[in-house]
Amino acid sequence: MGTGRLYVAVAVGGFRRYATYRVATVAGVFTNTVFGLILVYTYLALWEERPQLGGYDQAQAVTYVWLGQALLSTLAIGGGGFEDELIERIRTGDVAIDLYRPADLQLWWLASDLGRALFQLLGRGVVPFAFGALVFDVALPSDPVTWAGFLLAVLFGMVVGFGIRYLVALSAFWLMDGTGVVQMAWLLGFFCSGMLLPLNVFPGLLGEIVRVLPWSSLLQAPADVLLGRADPLGTFAFQGVWAVALLAAGRLVQSAATRRVVQGG
Amino acid sequence: MAEGLRAYGLIVAMWIRSTMAYRASFVMTTVGNFAATSLDFVAILLMFSRVEALGGYALPEIAFLYGLSSVAFGLADLAIGSMDRLGRRVRDGTLDTLLVRPAPVLAQVAADRFGLRRLGRVTQGALVLGYALTTVDIDWTPLKVLLMPVMLLSGAVIFCAVFVGGAAFQFVAQDASEVQNAFTYGGTTLLQYPPTVFGKELVRGVTFVLPLAFVNWLPASYVLGRPYPLDLPTWVAFSPPLVAVGCCALAGMAWRAGLKSYRSTGS
Repeated sequence: MGTGRLYVAVAVGGFRRYATYRVATVAGVFTNTVFGLILVYTYLALWEERPQLGGYDQAQAVTYVWLGQALLSTLAIGGGGFEDELIERIRTGDVAIDLYRPADLQLWWLASDLGRALFQLLGRGVVPFAFGALVFDVALPSDPVTWAGFLLAVLFGMVVGFGIRYLVALSAFWLMDGTGVVQMAWLLGFFCSGMLLPLNVFPGLLGEIVRVLPWSSLLQAPADVLLGRADPLGTFAFQGVWAVALLAAGRLVQSAATRRVVQGG
Repeated sequence: MAEGLRAYGLIVAMWIRSTMAYRASFVMTTVGNFAATSLDFVAILLMFSRVEALGGYALPEIAFLYGLSSVAFGLADLAIGSMDRLGRRVRDGTLDTLLVRPAPVLAQVAADRFGLRRLGRVTQGALVLGYALTTVDIDWTPLKVLLMPVMLLSGAVIFCAVFVGGAAFQFVAQDASEVQNAFTYGGTTLLQYPPTVFGKELVRGVTFVLPLAFVNWLPASYVLGRPYPLDLPTWVAFSPPLVAVGCCALAGMAWRAGLKSYRSTGS
């Protein structure tokens, strides 16, 4: 089997694994829709007070809310990606078996997480987004190129999200218990990805800082591409640089970590 | 009832002893719980860095609603928040263990894995409520002062009923535990904002169908001297205890129906 086909098979496995839990998926769709409904009204009240806040009009703000609900589980911003499983394997030592496999640890988990993310996008993302678009006034582009750009930005977001969570998971090689780090990463991600509020609403210097951090690739970047507020090519470049940097950092940490496994026997 | 409370107390005491065996871990998870629940309020503060009011309410008034909602929900979450694990117990068959023990199942499930770290949420809500009480302009009367603890307790009981009802639903749909989050976590998020922000239908729904409005919106409107949502009469501000009792009765019925329909996986 070619190397490429191996990772495709892993990704398909990741997709099918999550597709198995149909009732849980329906439950998740319901919950995302309810939260979307609550947030939409708070955003509408906010934009009622300050029209054009952060450069969005009301319809764009509403679209942003439903995008957030659609991408929350896809990009594992609220947790629920592969990291808990990898941390558990590191803690129990099962990761040693993974390292013996004729596959690269990072690529293996990347493929599996992309499969998961793709399923979550289709299974959990589409319905809340469609509900929001039908019930509220939203700002959606009619141009298919913009949609394609949006999907590409989401894909980049998936890779950046993986890069961050892979580093978080590898910390378990040193800390053994990953609970604290995972929680810190979750808090930071929620705050800095634009899940809490669009980053262009953040005041002054704080806004400028969060916009250059890697988390802004997750929700803010795809949203701005879809809403026509950002230059797609510039956005891809920004996301791409972070993706490469994070994956490279993951490689470095991985090689340091695996040396530890050998030493520890 | 007395037997159930006794069993609940014993199991909770056991879990607290077990938590306290790892003090550092307890402190860290409590701080984490505190930080995670603070995010909601950080969002509100960020909003108020750009506006003066939201839905006609200023920051201290919203902090008042936020504090009431968070403390009421936090108490319920602390008391029986682990009930959302019921679906897992049904799935892996460990609920059977609870059925053969000589203590009420509801008490056992409610006390299961009692998480003292959830004090983090209560503390966070109480701090925001404290901030609100020092800054908000309220014309205090003895009746309003009396209404405060009544409101918090009734609110906590209403949320407890939602937890029990949600757990009863998990007997039917084991994998659907996330549905419950929409009403528990979703409910407390909703109540953190003023009713004027939301659509009429939504406000009607949480007043007459799932009576979350009685946790803080209605009694707080009385305390703040604000117009009531849906033009309801003044006396409804004092009805939360009755509503809480009614919710408990309904949740109890749902729980018994759920438990009756339980079929073990046999594994």
